[in-house]
Amino acid sequence: MDALLHISTLHYLVLSAALFLLGVIGVLTRRNVVIVLMSIELILNAVNLNLVAFSRYWQGAAGHFGGPTALHGQVFAIFVITDAAAEAAVGLGILIAFFRNKETVNVDEVNLLKW
Amino acid sequence: MFLYHIYLIPLFPAIGAAIMFFFGRRLQKATVSAVCVGTIVLAFLMACGAVWQYPDYARANPEKHGYEKILYTWLGSGTGQTSFTTQLGTEAEFHADAGFLLDPLSSIWLLFVTGVGMLIHIYSTGYMAHEGGYYRFFGYLNLFMFSMLTLILANNYVLMFVGWEGVGLCSYLLIGFYFHRKSATDAASKAFIVNRIGDAGFILGMFFIVGIFGTLRFSEVTKLARAGHFSPETLGYITAATLLLFVGACGKSAQLPLYVWLPDAMEGPTPVSALIHAATMVTAGVYMVARSNALFVLAPKSMMVVAIVGALTAIFAASIGLVQNDIKRVLAYSTVSQLGYMFLALGVGAFSAGVFHVFTHAFFKALLFLGAGSVIHAMSGEQDMRNMGGLAGKIPVTYRTMLVATLAIAGIPILAGFFSKDEILWQAWQKSPYLWAIGFATALMTAFYMFRLIYLTFWSPSRVASHEIEHHIHESPKSMTVPLVILAFFSFTAGWLGWPASLGGSNQFEKFLEPVFATHVEAAEAPAAPEEGPRSTEYLLMFLSVAAAGTGWFLASLAYGNANKGYIEPIAAAAPPVYDVLLNKYYVDEAYDYTITGRRKLGDVRLGVLGLGAASAWFDTNVVDGAVNAAGWITRITSTFSAWWDKWIIDGVGVNGPAILARMLSYPARLFEWGLVQWYALVMTAGLVGFVFYYVYH
Repeated sequence: MDALLHISTLHYLVLSAALFLLGVIGVLTRRNVVIVLMSIELILNAVNLNLVAFSRYWQGAAGHFGGPTALHGQVFAIFVITDAAAEAAVGLGILIAFFRNKETVNVDEVNLLKW
Repeated sequence: MFLYHIYLIPLFPAIGAAIMFFFGRRLQKATVSAVCVGTIVLAFLMACGAVWQYPDYARANPEKHGYEKILYTWLGSGTGQTSFTTQLGTEAEFHADAGFLLDPLSSIWLLFVTGVGMLIHIYSTGYMAHEGGYYRFFGYLNLFMFSMLTLILANNYVLMFVGWEGVGLCSYLLIGFYFHRKSATDAASKAFIVNRIGDAGFILGMFFIVGIFGTLRFSEVTKLARAGHFSPETLGYITAATLLLFVGACGKSAQLPLYVWLPDAMEGPTPVSALIHAATMVTAGVYMVARSNALFVLAPKSMMVVAIVGALTAIFAASIGLVQNDIKRVLAYSTVSQLGYMFLALGVGAFSAGVFHVFTHAFFKALLFLGAGSVIHAMSGEQDMRNMGGLAGKIPVTYRTMLVATLAIAGIPILAGFFSKDEILWQAWQKSPYLWAIGFATALMTAFYMFRLIYLTFWSPSRVASHEIEHHIHESPKSMTVPLVILAFFSFTAGWLGWPASLGGSNQFEKFLEPVFATHVEAAEAPAAPEEGPRSTEYLLMFLSVAAAGTGWFLASLAYGNANKGYIEPIAAAAPPVYDVLLNKYYVDEAYDYTITGRRKLGDVRLGVLGLGAASAWFDTNVVDGAVNAAGWITRITSTFSAWWDKWIIDGVGVNGPAILARMLSYPARLFEWGLVQWYALVMTAGLVGFVFYYVYH
C-alpha cells in the first residue's frame, strides 16, 4: 500500500515507458502524418518525463551527478521541448509542401523516392 | 593632236556602250539615239582628223611605217627569268602593249568602219524606232564599234585578238537580238561556235609567231620578216603560222569550210547584217591577213591555199546565191562570195587590190543590206522575194540607191565595184588563168543574182501576197533614206581612188598603201611585174568582165523580166537536180550535221560532237558510274557488317551486358525498399528491441 501511495522514481519510469510505448505504437500504426507527428511528441515527452524523474532522483544524493543543485536532467528536458517544437515546425512544413503536391497526408503515399 | 589622242577613237563608243549598260533602261529613246550616234560621230571625226594628220607625220618620219602610240605594257613577264630562245636564235620575252598603230592600212579600215558605222547607226534610229530593246541594240552596236576599232588600231596580235573576240561576242549578241525566236538564238550560237574554230587557229598562229620572232608587235614582226634570211626549217614554221592565221581568217571572214554561220546570221536585225556581217566585221580576216602580209609572202604555199580557198568560196557561195529566195540570204551569200574575191586577191599577192575591194565592198554591200532593210520595212516584214515585185515606183529612193549598189557590185564601169574587181581579176590572171576563170565565172553569177534580186523586187509585176501589205507599202523615213543616198554616192565614186594606170589614172589607193605592202627584196619582183604586163591583155580582160556583167543582167532580164505569180526559175526548168542542190546549199549544213555536230545519225551511228558526247555518256554511265556503284556497294556491305557488329557485339555485349547484370543483381536489394516508411520504423524498432533483449539477457 505504501508502495502505491508513495510515488517513487519507479512510478515515473513506468509512466514514461507507457507513454513511450503509446508513442511508438502510434508512429507504427497510424497512417495520418499529423497523428504520426503527434505520436513522436508523445515519445519525446516520455523521454522528458524520464529526464526530469532522474533529475529529481539524483537531487541531494552523493556522487558525480548528485548534489543540491543537480538540475542537468531538467535543463535537458527544456532542450528537448525546444527541439520538439523545431522538429514539429519542420515536419509540418514538409507536410504542407507535400499536401500541396499530392493532396493527401497519408504516409503510405509518400513514396516519391521509391525506385 | 588627233594622232596623239588616237586611243580616244575606240574609247568614245566604249563610253557609249557603258552608259547604255548602266543607265540605258532609264533613258528615253531620243537620249539613247543622241548618245550612241554621238559617240560614233565623235569617233568618226577623230578618225578623220588622225588620218588627215598622218601624211605629215609620215613625211617627218620616213623611216617609220606608221604612227605607233603605246600607252603602257599590258602583258609582260619582264623579270628576265622567263626569256626563251626564238627560232631566229635571239633571246626574247613575251610582251604585249596596250598600243595603237595608225598606218595606211589601218587608216582605210578606220575611215570606212567609222564612216559606214556612223551611217548605219543613223539608219538604225529609224529602222529600230518601233522595236523593243532599243537601248540594248544601240549598246551592243557601240560595243561592237569599240571592239572593231580596237581590232583595227591594235599594234600587236594580242590586242587585235581582244578586238577580234569582242566583235565575235557582239556578233553573237546582235544575231540573237530577237532572243525569243529559237532560230535567232540557234544562229547566234552557230556563229559563235564556228568562230571559235577559227579563233583557235588564230591563237595557235600567234604562238608560232612569238616562237619564231619573239614578238607580237606588228612593226617588229614585219621588220624581222622583211630583213631576215631564213632557214628552210624556219620558213616551214612561218608557213604553219600563216596557215593557222588563215584558219582564224576563215572563221571570221566566212570562207570555206567555216562560212556556214554567215547566212544564218541574217536572223539578226538588218542594220546588224549591214554593219557586222557585210561591211566591217567579216573583213577583219582580210585585215589580219593583209596585216601579216610580210609573213605570207615568205610562205608561197600558204598564199596558194589562201588564193584557192578564196576562189572556191567565191564561186561556191555565188552559185548558192543564184537560187535563194530570201532577199537577205541572197545578199549573205553574195557577201561570202565577195569575201572570197578578197582572199583570192590576197592569195595572189595583190594585197592592195584585196584591200581596195574591201573598201568598195563596204559601201555597196552596206547599201544593199540597208536597202533590203528598207524594202523589208516597206513590205511589213516580208523577206521572200517571190512575194515582192513592182516596188520601183513605190519606194523610189530605196530603189534608186539599191540599183546603184547593184551596178557597183556587178562591175559596171566607173562604179566602185568595177575598179576593185577588175584589179583582182587582172592580178589573178597573172598568177594563174584558172583562178581568173573561177573569178570570171563568179562575176557572171554575181551580175545574174544581183539583177535577179532587182527584177524580182523592183521591176517585175507585183506578186504581193495581200492587199493589206500592198496598201501599206511606203518609203522609209529620212533617217533611213539619207544614209542610203550617202552610201550610194560612195558606191558610185569610191572606186575612183583606185583608177588604174591603164585607164589613164594613177591608182592613188595602191600608192597610199605601198609602205605597208612593200615586200622584201626577193619577193619584190613578182608584184612589180603587173606594171609591165601587156596592156592589150588587160583591156581584153576588162572588156570580158564588163561583158560578163552585161550578160548576167541580160540573162536575169530574160528569166525574171515578166515574173508573174508562179514564175519558173530557169535553173529549175533546165536542170532540176542542180537546182535542188543549190537551193539546199549543197547540203553542207546537213553534211556537217552528219559528220561534225552529229545532230543527224549516219545509219545507226552518231558521229561528231554529239556522237562523242553520246560515247562519253555511255562510258560515264557504264564504266565510271559502274566503278562508283561498285565502291558504293562495297561500302554498303562493310557498313552492314559494321552496324551488326556495333549493335550486337559492342552495344549488346559490351555496353548493355553490364547494365543487365547490374539490374539482375539489383532485384534482391530492391526487396528491402518497398516504400512504406512505417515498416522501416517497425523494423528499426524491432531491431532496437532485439538489441536490448540481447544485451539485457545475454
